[in-house]
Amino acid sequence: MSGIDKSWHDMGGEAAGPIERTEHDYALWEKRVDALYTIASGKGIFTVDALRRVLEEMGPEAFETMSYYERWVEAINRNLIAAGVYSPAELATKMAEVEARGDEYAAASLDRSDG
Amino acid sequence: MPHDDPFEHTGMSPSGHPYRPDQDGPLTRFQAMEIAIRELLIEKGVTTEAEIAAAIAYMDTRSPAGGARVVARAWTDPEFRARLLADGSAAVLEMGFPIEALKLIVVENTPRLHNVVVCTLCSCYPRNLLGLPPDWYKQRAYRSRVVREPRRVLAEFGLTLPEGIQVRVHDSTADQRYIVLPMRPEGTEGWSEEDLAALVTRDCMIGVAVPRRPQ
Repeated sequence: MSGIDKSWHDMGGEAAGPIERTEHDYALWEKRVDALYTIASGKGIFTVDALRRVLEEMGPEAFETMSYYERWVEAINRNLIAAGVYSPAELATKMAEVEARGDEYAAASLDRSDG
Repeated sequence: MPHDDPFEHTGMSPSGHPYRPDQDGPLTRFQAMEIAIRELLIEKGVTTEAEIAAAIAYMDTRSPAGGARVVARAWTDPEFRARLLADGSAAVLEMGFPIEALKLIVVENTPRLHNVVVCTLCSCYPRNLLGLPPDWYKQRAYRSRVVREPRRVLAEFGLTLPEGIQVRVHDSTADQRYIVLPMRPEGTEGWSEEDLAALVTRDCMIGVAVPRRPQ
């Protein structure tokens, strides 16, 4: 595919190594990220195309260094800020509050609705 | 209570996959971000805890068992099969599977043609019939190579196709999803839809495997 000017995420036809047939059961936090996207897009706050635009802008380094739902939560965050749902300062304050609750996900997330 | 979690997050999960330490290790920055976003959306009245829980519960209801029921029905009901191939979205809606993308296209394997599905750009997948995609479907190696050297990729999955069979690779988009209708294995005449569905794995519907009758 040499000579074709295309974005990094357009991977079809590129050379690559063997397929690592990894899979895992999605963790609760990953499902929640997916749910946040489904709900926000369902309410018309941003579209799947807007999600993908940010994922593509994040570039190949993010693809190599962050997990799938890490990239998604970052892309959802940027879209929600762009839509004016909350500000970067509000997010920073809330994240500090969350991190102060505990060192593990279950402690930090309160999990009020999950028993 | 430290031990009220129904799952031991070690060894293999009920579905036979190794647990990853996503929730067992120290809180990550992105986990904290997820929690923060969720709480901000609830505080601002954009969503509710119940709505998020319902979205996850719905996610958990979708699995390859849904797609397998569709395939088994197509194998036993020629009129349904015809409707499925003509308009996949409408036919699966008949069976109660909601349409999540604009168009679902069902591609049928034949003795001369084998189909396989990919999303080279991202991770588009027929989630309404198969649930969330496996990791390898979203990774670079599969996305890059299956369109260039599909036979070699299929062989890595343990599926070696004779040269006489044409291989067709379908590249999904956000608006257009594909699922493979595999060939019904020989020797399954008279089987119930339920027994047939049990032969149809997720990988058969992605096209990296074919259903086999138990020996």
